[in-house]
Amino acid sequence: MSASVHSHRVVRWINDRLPIFTMVHHSAVEYPTPKNLNYWWNFGSLAGFILAVMVLTGIFLAMNYTAHTAYAFDSVERIMRDVNYGWLLRYLHMNGASMFFLVVYIHIFRGLYYGSYKSPREVLWWIGLLIFLTMMATAFMGYVLPWGQMSFWGATVITNLFSAVPWVGQDVVTWLWGGFSVDNPTLNRFFSLHYLLPFIILFLVIVHLWALHTVKSNNPLGIDVRGSQDTIPFHPYYTIKDLYGMGPFLLFYLFFVFFAPNFFGEPDNYIPANPMVTPPHIVPEWYFLPFYAILRAVPDKLFGVVLMFSAIFILFILPWLDRSTVRSAHFRPIYKQLFWIFLLDCFVLGWIGAKPPEGAYLIIGRVATIYYFVHFLILTPLVGIFEKPRSLPESICTPVVKAAKI
Amino acid sequence: MAYAALPTQVGPGESQTRRDFLTYATVTTGAAGTVLALWPFIHSMNPAADVLALSSSEVDLTPVVPGQAITVTWRGKPVFIRHRTPEETQAARDVDISGLPDPQKDEDRVQNPEWLILVGVCTHLGCVPLGQKQTDPHGDYNGWFCPCHGSHYDGSGRIRKGPAPFNLIVPPYTFTSKTTIKIG
Ligand code: HEM
Ligand code: FES
Repeated sequence: MSASVHSHRVVRWINDRLPIFTMVHHSAVEYPTPKNLNYWWNFGSLAGFILAVMVLTGIFLAMNYTAHTAYAFDSVERIMRDVNYGWLLRYLHMNGASMFFLVVYIHIFRGLYYGSYKSPREVLWWIGLLIFLTMMATAFMGYVLPWGQMSFWGATVITNLFSAVPWVGQDVVTWLWGGFSVDNPTLNRFFSLHYLLPFIILFLVIVHLWALHTVKSNNPLGIDVRGSQDTIPFHPYYTIKDLYGMGPFLLFYLFFVFFAPNFFGEPDNYIPANPMVTPPHIVPEWYFLPFYAILRAVPDKLFGVVLMFSAIFILFILPWLDRSTVRSAHFRPIYKQLFWIFLLDCFVLGWIGAKPPEGAYLIIGRVATIYYFVHFLILTPLVGIFEKPRSLPESICTPVVKAAKI
Repeated sequence: MAYAALPTQVGPGESQTRRDFLTYATVTTGAAGTVLALWPFIHSMNPAADVLALSSSEVDLTPVVPGQAITVTWRGKPVFIRHRTPEETQAARDVDISGLPDPQKDEDRVQNPEWLILVGVCTHLGCVPLGQKQTDPHGDYNGWFCPCHGSHYDGSGRIRKGPAPFNLIVPPYTFTSKTTIKIG
């Protein structure tokens, strides 16, 4: 088919030597996509779009940013005041990070609801989680660059997590810092890595899509595609749907950029870093709050750190914790309830993460942390065994065809 | 006879053993070399010579009156220097240390009982505890209080309550004269 779809001579000439047009056609035009995808399937391409926005704005910010403790804060203020449209680049980048996490969280919960992590999509799920981990590292290091109070103290607290490692902890932290505290060497390497990691993410996204196009998209019914009657070509049907979804998303994103650019930020980060004074309330960015809550729920330093990382790593084994072969929560009456409770639990953790760890907050934080793990380690496996799923339709198009006949 | 040793003329098992040996030896050498080559990259991230060279600070103690505390910088970190009153020292020494999370006698934490010298970094996750100023909160044990996750330190800088695992660290220091110290 390579020759037939490319009518232009030059295109054909290139394509015969490097089948790049075939590849694009295959994966972005004819890619057979389930007919029944709903709007929750828009968030993958939205994530890709924001990644592009982050790379673009980031590269232009880097042209005016200075990675030195003596200049970093001022160079960012200069971007805000003197560089043409510098404020726009910065606010797009700052709010873009929040949007990126928002979109990817929705994307992940979509996967949890519709069972997209199950066979044969386990590897696809893993790559997604690696993307998520890399995003967290990137966002954390990016937040350090403006060298405000929150940058400095966030970096101090988070790098100190590694001091919990038995025996070598302190050496590891010194190595991460390149000194005896968060200082100029730390800022320099964070800038270097903050520039690098998004390209690692880009690479992982390509592998993610490779895996996706091998096992194909899941769909709201969670049943396998039976044949061509269940699918439509990606282009124009889903290109236009993705593009349409981008409209409301951009309205939402740009509302913050233009009307509430510091909504997600902390005022303390407009105070230059001062290694001698810790701000009274250190709060991480909102997208880290649930994990921060888990860290602080535990009175023991090492165990707190281990539990926090486990909260993410547990997602890697989820495909085996869930014993049910039915993917979509649509057909799983009990799992469906648990899904919403779990989502609520994540919100509770996020709320607790922003509160001081004392009194009732501490208790609620502990209960929510325990529930987080109970959900994955106990409820998920049990429900998979004991739940009686509703009966599945024969194929994606059967119900529609039947309804049409009546 | 001699030709019998050629790979083509010996049994398949035997020749494979020799091949395998060469393969393993090559892979091992290559792997070891690669790992060794990583070290310069890793070590380049450790503190550089100029960072290490900055690692001592001199402090003149004359202006610090009893009951007063100052904060100085050592290796980019705050160091708390507290000129304790005799009552404060006594209070720190009256504590029964057996029940503390990180039991240590006050006598082992000071060179001169009047001068308490501590790295002002919470041993939990590295915030700077409050308590240097008169108006700061001093925690439940009349010392320092770390606002980040709520660690309380006493008048000897020992951890008494909260998530921090250890007492505030006593940096290496020497009295170069009666009224000056060199930290580091
Ligand atoms: C930079 C971040 C990411 C990008 C750009 C991205 C991109 C995409 C795209 C374009 C799709 C296909 C469209 C769709 O189903 O929405 C997809 C599918 C998928 N992604 Fe991601 N993704 C990212 C992060 C993640 C993360 C963090 C996870 C999970 C931990 C994940 C898990 C999945 C799964 C399971 C599918 C298959 C979904 C299905 O067909 O039901 N992705 N991804
Ligand atoms: S850093 Fe002091 S209590 Fe956590």
